[in-house]
Amino acid sequence: MKVLVTVKRVIDYNVKVRVKSDNSDVDLANVKMAINPFCEIAVEEAVRLKEAGVASEIVVVSLGPKAAQEQLRTALALGADRAIMVETDEALESLTVAKLLAKVVEEEQPELIIMGKQAIDSDNNQTGQMLAALTGLPQATFASELKLEGGKALVTREVDGGLQTLSLNLPAIVTTDLRLNEPRYASLPNIMKAKRKPLDTKTPADLGVEVKAHTQLLKVEPPAERQAGIKVDSVEQLVDKLKNEAKVI
Amino acid sequence: MAILVIAEHDNSALKGATLNAVTAASRMGDDIHLLVAGAGCQAVADEAAKVAGVNKVLLADNAAYEHQLAENLSLLVAELGKDYSHVVAPATTTGKNFMPRVAALLDVAQISDIIRVESADTFVRPIYAGNAIATVQSLDAIKVITVRGTGFDAAAAEGGAAAIEAVGGVHDAGISAFVGEEMAKSDRPELTSAQVIISGGRGMGSGENFALLEKVADKLGAAVGASRAAVDAGFVPNDMQVGQTGKIVAPDLYIAVGISGAIQHLAGMKDSKVIVAINKDEEAPIFQVADYGLVADLFDVLPQLEQQL
Ligand SMILES: Cc1cc2nc3c(=O)[nH]c(=O)nc-3n(C[C@H](O)[C@H](O)[C@H](O)COP(=O)(O)OP(=O)(O)OC[C@H]3O[C@@H](n4cnc5c(N)ncnc54)[C@H](O)[C@@H]3O)c2cc1C
Ligand SMILES: Nc1ncnc2c1ncn2[C@@H]1O[C@H](COP(=O)(O)O)[C@@H](O)[C@H]1O
Repeated sequence: MKVLVTVKRVIDYNVKVRVKSDNSDVDLANVKMAINPFCEIAVEEAVRLKEAGVASEIVVVSLGPKAAQEQLRTALALGADRAIMVETDEALESLTVAKLLAKVVEEEQPELIIMGKQAIDSDNNQTGQMLAALTGLPQATFASELKLEGGKALVTREVDGGLQTLSLNLPAIVTTDLRLNEPRYASLPNIMKAKRKPLDTKTPADLGVEVKAHTQLLKVEPPAERQAGIKVDSVEQLVDKLKNEAKVI
Repeated sequence: MAILVIAEHDNSALKGATLNAVTAASRMGDDIHLLVAGAGCQAVADEAAKVAGVNKVLLADNAAYEHQLAENLSLLVAELGKDYSHVVAPATTTGKNFMPRVAALLDVAQISDIIRVESADTFVRPIYAGNAIATVQSLDAIKVITVRGTGFDAAAAEGGAAAIEAVGGVHDAGISAFVGEEMAKSDRPELTSAQVIISGGRGMGSGENFALLEKVADKLGAAVGASRAAVDAGFVPNDMQVGQTGKIVAPDLYIAVGISGAIQHLAGMKDSKVIVAINKDEEAPIFQVADYGLVADLFDVLPQLEQQL
């Protein structure tokens, strides 16, 4: 089965972003970038399916600036077979990403699409669901376990009250949660090999999709900073402060 | 035009998050319709009709909606949504699951996880794990919005007297099926609505040691939460996770025990009114957001705390 995986280039999850002084956006100049952690989990899941003999080919897709090729190469080093870069310098909203991906899905006809549940920059948590709607495919978001059996995907999802299991007809879209797997590191020989794997570049125009803005970012501000409080020396003092100063117990 | 709010429920009772979404909706306009889609959920509709500020309840009662499958629910909501200026749902795992499908079917953006309404088309939401706060204007005719519960007070559950109208037509995409669920059972308050939360991290060392937290929680009537590390280590189930990718909470009192304070954890709790940190490492970043910090071994502190409360 062919598996399509999406990877987004985002700020490294360890970096704390700063807001630009003109409040126009966050400052990404000279910030360490990486594969979105949830997309890394998506790649790992696909690679495990290939190792298990279930997946035959893994195609990774990224959309955005040319620099995202770096993340595609990382995905290739982790075990993907080939990559598609949809290149544009325009800001891409989730709906546009979903429309572009729908075209890629139409061309590639994968039987399974694995995406991150959330990009840690936008915190949107919507692109996979939108792609599912546009392609008319079933979805299982926030997956913590994925099994392919009898032509269906059996997916356990992390939901507010616990866990839920769904059965989806294939092709299907699965978005990953953190517990699905623990991604491996790319080995040096695999990083070298990845440089020779095919990477196709397309533009939104090639895919026949217009990049349209549905929203306008008016301003970006830093959050209200919390002041560090005091250190107490004992449990007695803590209980006293909570009762008599903060009055929360 | 009116605003359509999608109720969150389990077919027998309305979930609290719905009430916060109704308050958010009331900042966008004043004609609010609440959709209850489920199976055998008349009791939920009756409850919904009493919510203050709700003008009409739409009831779609059919087996196709029993488990809130995104494929089916989104078709229903997108069809109804065409006649509204806003479609609003709580940013719970259910809302996050079906609402983007609704937006895509309507060919509009979704504005996720809003914490404030500036005007009928302008909304405020955290990005980058809450390290930046964006103000976003929608350019679409229909605004599809999910609401972060901690950003809005709950609407009064009583006081309204809305009419209930049945919605005809069934949407069953027939491409997905519910297989089963394992819901955590607890007599404690729900994390997202608790006044007091005590959370444990990797420092707890094991699932058994969470009993120490539970004893304190019993004294305080608190909910028990956890860091991702504690969930990943298998100490506790995933539904207890607080953070950027878990639950967002803002209780009056949040007690973090053996939690270092990674930005992803802070993203889920730093709007709490009073934060207490108990950690043996005085350099732990959690102390930078704590109102009261206690540098000590949690295994000494927790039994003492239980005793003194
Ligand atoms: C994409 C992504 C999303 C994430 N989302 C979340 C999320 O939603 N929520 C979340 O929590 N994390 C999340 N994480 C994980 C996060 O980055 C941290 O790894 C995690 O929060 C650390 O948990 P912790 O503080 O329990 O563990 P640690 O960082 O290991 O801290 C343990 C703390 O316990 C203290 N300690 C140990 N023993 C004792 C003792 N006996 N007495 C007192 N103190 C003690 C230590 O000093 C230390 O400070 C996410 C990570 C990624 C990559
Ligand atoms: N520009 C992009 N390139 C590749 N994948 C993307 C892009 N934007 C979103 N995605 C995928 O969609 C998931 C959810 O993103 P979001 O809806 O923005 O939170 C991400 O984890 C990615 O897998």
